[in-house]
Amino acid sequence: MHRALRNLNPTEQIGALFIIVFGLLMVGGLVIFLRSMREFDDPQQGAQHRDELDRLTQLLKTSWLLVFVFWLAWLAGDISRLVLFALGSFFALREFLTLSPTRHGDHRSLVLAFFVILPCQYWLVGTGQVALFTVFIPVYVFLALPVTSVLANDPKQFLERNAKLQWGIMVCIYGMSHVPALLLLKFPHYNHKNAFLVLFLVLVVQTCMVTQHLVSHRLMQLGKRPAVPAISQSFIWRAWRAGMAAGSLMGALLSGITPFVPGQAFALSFIACAAGSMGHLVMKALKRDRGIPMWRGQRTAVTGAGGMLDHIDALCFAAPVFFYSARWYFKL
Amino acid sequence: MMKRVVLDWVAVLVSYFLLGLIRILTGSQARWWGCPPKALQRIYFANHQSHADLVMIWAALPKELRHNTRAVAARDYWTRTPFKHWLTSAVFNVIYVSRDRQASEDPLEPLIEAMSHGDSLILFPEGTRGFADEPQAFKAGLYNLALKFPEVELVPAWINNVQRVMPKGEVVPVPVLCSVTFGVPMQVLPGEDCPTFLQRARLAVLALRDV
Repeated sequence: MHRALRNLNPTEQIGALFIIVFGLLMVGGLVIFLRSMREFDDPQQGAQHRDELDRLTQLLKTSWLLVFVFWLAWLAGDISRLVLFALGSFFALREFLTLSPTRHGDHRSLVLAFFVILPCQYWLVGTGQVALFTVFIPVYVFLALPVTSVLANDPKQFLERNAKLQWGIMVCIYGMSHVPALLLLKFPHYNHKNAFLVLFLVLVVQTCMVTQHLVSHRLMQLGKRPAVPAISQSFIWRAWRAGMAAGSLMGALLSGITPFVPGQAFALSFIACAAGSMGHLVMKALKRDRGIPMWRGQRTAVTGAGGMLDHIDALCFAAPVFFYSARWYFKL
Repeated sequence: MMKRVVLDWVAVLVSYFLLGLIRILTGSQARWWGCPPKALQRIYFANHQSHADLVMIWAALPKELRHNTRAVAARDYWTRTPFKHWLTSAVFNVIYVSRDRQASEDPLEPLIEAMSHGDSLILFPEGTRGFADEPQAFKAGLYNLALKFPEVELVPAWINNVQRVMPKGEVVPVPVLCSVTFGVPMQVLPGEDCPTFLQRARLAVLALRDV
């Protein structure tokens, strides 16, 4: 399959890919629809069945949305792509900070984060200043932000407040900005095709997450216990391994659209999936700490809009790790 | 005449701009917890912690309800500069009330007039912005209006998080998701006196914080 894909020109490749992906999503939708036709005599079993289908529908919707957004991003060209990801960062950070309350003394730091750091980071990506964009946040911003907070003259929970803000920036701005930054990796003999890398990463990570979700759901029905029940009710090592395998295999299959040979694609996908799935778990721990089930928080939480972070957190962790692994290994 | 038309257009544009801005900054989420959004004559009363409260609750209402739901604003503050005056009258169509009580006039007069025309009201019964976590004691206006218009629904609302968008003394807002929760409509009970009712109303607003 990958040889056939490799021989097509970029436009045909992307066309074929989206046909495959949209086709798979449609098949998924059809399966859910057919299963929803099934009837149960036992009302409790029926309700359980409906709940499960609701969750699956939600998952499918997310996947549709992600693929659709990335398809748009691919069509849209460089600048609109950057704006799209910058907006993603903006909304994710808004969500993160809503649920991690800051104090009045952090106001100036927040203004900096949203209106200076975020645009700067994406501007650095857009202008291709790789050397600066990789250190801008972890070096300059992380040293400058506490200074802004300290000048507000409020020592209460200082370390905690700064940690929150820096985590938010790290995941929502730094992590996210590495997705469009994949366009900056200059592989030999791989001109003008870097947009595929973005798609590659998204498909691989999403495959891993969806598989993990489905398998763990099945295992939970069989009575398997979660590995870290205080943090996640659905994290089971066996499901995680299945997700990792599925994501990595997906990567190997897709190597035709990347500059990698299948083995390299497998290894890099493995690394990205590990970072993504573990990152997702870390974000779950942060949510638990805040006492909320989702960043969106469904009915009980105060913030109705959003739920964005729930969907992109794995990608935010996977992107930088993938970026630097590829950069280091291929000496770019 | 020409100038009038242009100004009207500017007012419409500014209102859309402000709605867009408040959506980007706060998500302006409406949670109709105790009642659905309906074109009934209502008095929405809410906690008041920020200048943006007025825009928040206005943005949370569906478009159809927005044009005949009018907020109540303090005349001395909101007419201080020509811009503030224009913003509140042309864009938001607010009803001004005087806070400095003069013996000759009833401060509720403009509200009663608007309600007789069938308009709904957005009221902040604390009278001024508070900075504590809990709303201050409510003022009697709400009770008196409720007695005059017994058929009107009194809808408590809790505006959450807006004070974080722009704390006191800051000029640049930051994006934080906010929400307005609308509660179960209430009425003045037969024979209920003013302090009891105001206390009940305040608790109804406060209770929505934890919904």
